[in-house]
Amino acid sequence: MLKIENLQAAIGEKQILKGINLEVKAGEVHAIMGPNGSGKSTLASVLAGRQDYEILSGSVEFLGQDLLELAPEERAAQGIFLAFQYPIEIPGVSTVNFLKTAINEIRKYRGQEPLDAVQFLKRMKEKMAFVNMDQSLLSRALNEGFSGGEKKRNEIFQMAMLEPKLAILDETDSGLDIDALRIVAEGVNKLRRPDNATIVVTHYQRLLDYIVPDYVHVLYNGRIVKSGTKELALELEEKGYDWIKAEVDAVA
Amino acid sequence: MTLNTDLKAQLIAEFQATEDRLNGASRTPFFQRKKEALLTFEKLGFPTIRHEEWKYSNVKGLINQGFDFHAPGQVTAADVDALQIPNLEGNVLYFVNGVFQPELSVVISPENQLLILNFAQAAKQFPELIEQHFAKYADYSDNAFTALNTAFAQHGVFIHVPDGAMVEMPVILRFISDARVQNVASQPRNLIVLGHRADVKVAESFRTLGNNAAFTNIVTEVILGEEAHFEYYKVQDESDKAYHIGTTHIQHGRASQSYSVTVSINGGFIRNNLNLVLDGERCDAHMYGLYLPNERQHVDNHTLVVHAQPNCESSELYKGILYDKSTGVFNGKIFVKQDAQKTNAYQSCRNVLASPDASMNTKPQLEIYADDVKCSHGTTTGQLNEEAMFYLQSRGIPKDKARALLMQAFAQDVIEKMRIPAMKQYLEGLIVEKIGEI
Repeated sequence: MLKIENLQAAIGEKQILKGINLEVKAGEVHAIMGPNGSGKSTLASVLAGRQDYEILSGSVEFLGQDLLELAPEERAAQGIFLAFQYPIEIPGVSTVNFLKTAINEIRKYRGQEPLDAVQFLKRMKEKMAFVNMDQSLLSRALNEGFSGGEKKRNEIFQMAMLEPKLAILDETDSGLDIDALRIVAEGVNKLRRPDNATIVVTHYQRLLDYIVPDYVHVLYNGRIVKSGTKELALELEEKGYDWIKAEVDAVA
Repeated sequence: MTLNTDLKAQLIAEFQATEDRLNGASRTPFFQRKKEALLTFEKLGFPTIRHEEWKYSNVKGLINQGFDFHAPGQVTAADVDALQIPNLEGNVLYFVNGVFQPELSVVISPENQLLILNFAQAAKQFPELIEQHFAKYADYSDNAFTALNTAFAQHGVFIHVPDGAMVEMPVILRFISDARVQNVASQPRNLIVLGHRADVKVAESFRTLGNNAAFTNIVTEVILGEEAHFEYYKVQDESDKAYHIGTTHIQHGRASQSYSVTVSINGGFIRNNLNLVLDGERCDAHMYGLYLPNERQHVDNHTLVVHAQPNCESSELYKGILYDKSTGVFNGKIFVKQDAQKTNAYQSCRNVLASPDASMNTKPQLEIYADDVKCSHGTTTGQLNEEAMFYLQSRGIPKDKARALLMQAFAQDVIEKMRIPAMKQYLEGLIVEKIGEI
């Protein structure tokens, strides 16, 4: 589904990604872990199409297409979804209106008829239940005055509404208490299907207790320096990142 | 007909001709007040950018064009149909090139609640009210355009809401400049008098027909009796060749309330002066504004709030989106007199520059002579939030739509303040038309 080869990216003068290689197949969950500043969020942002980064080299293929050629909205229409680490508050734009616009724009891109009000409401009711989303939040402006947990829940709700093929969760666990974490993780699990995939970007192992990954990769200094199965995450939880840093720095 | 390009000389000569025609009638106090104003205009002349109040608004382009101040215009019933605001219920009055058109207008409120007269009629029927209020508040000592309007005050409307009358239906004044044949100019003059506890909503809407230049120089004076409630809406949707210079003065009596919303959708050159004097205790005044200039349009909002008495509150929120090479000005002056203790005054002006070539000049001015007051002001001018754009795009919303969505959300704060539902819908439509379909 997704094939990243030797991806290098910079922001301004500073190179952040120094050659990422990663392949994600349909049905898989990949966790990307790593210490602060290792490039995890940069990778998530580059995949979603944030303009601030300059691609220096490498390629990203998504469902047989060159992803780097596409605008962010085209990537969304192709099935990429980024759950933001810090969801933006947008006063004056209601969540419902925003989602209806997003869904119907994606449908238009795919040559499908727009959802009518009844179909849209039906889908919304169904997905709200996924993440225990309160109706009153939806009538408010997008994320405005939402608590940290409500914002993250809203991200997963949007993900449920848009039904992406590849979901990238960027530090979705940060700022969540254990109950909110469980609700968010359950939502993500319910959305798992054999034909979609998930990349979970996280600093801590605890989210992975709930969203169990098939593969765990450690990102350090702009490269994936270690890959393994879910046991690797447990090892990191126990020993921290220093031993990996030491290993990598010794080789260099 | 050849048009005189020396506008000042043309106007002085026109005034002289009227005075000669009037002969003995020119000795009425009404006329004498107009004559005083003309002399002031003659002395002041049109302002240049050296005048502090006109520093960023250059009227040279306006005064170098010839205008016909007497072109009648040919607005037909079909034209009016096309100008109609859908579903609007109220007292709708049409003015063409400044002149009231009774056959196009509808007044539905009962006369014991709402009295609407042509300005010249009012001068005859209510000489004492005119004598008491006309040109007593809209100060022209340093404003050539207000002086000029005062000197030529004839057309426009006199609205009287007696003590205790609550007028349910809004009054909509629609000023149509018919510039299909030649350059036209008009100088409407309105006087609105609200009695004790009177309550009315008045909207002024401005449109242009045709592609010649159209100049409107309007002055509206509003006098609020004790505990009166007044809502004022000004909606400008004129052509790129329209010049609008307007002054609205609201004189507050004790414990009266005013609520003003000024929305400038379109127009070549716009200068709105909104002057409020809170001349009684416990007054309440709220002002909102929205402007969306594009191309080379220019919108200038000057507001002045004079807190003359204690325990009053004023608040102000103006927002602008500036496209292309447009320019904007916001000048907000709050003047708190020595007696006006316990004043609360807030002011905020927020702008988005949608193009690198657009520019905005903001100037908050606070002059405070009382010591127990709360005043705050803030202005911001910036670009569209890139983070918000990325967020919307990452959900599949194309760039143009994402931008329109954010711009409309930004404007919505002010549009919400429009309390005449049909006009709110009308405004929302105009905004979609101007800044893009979502």
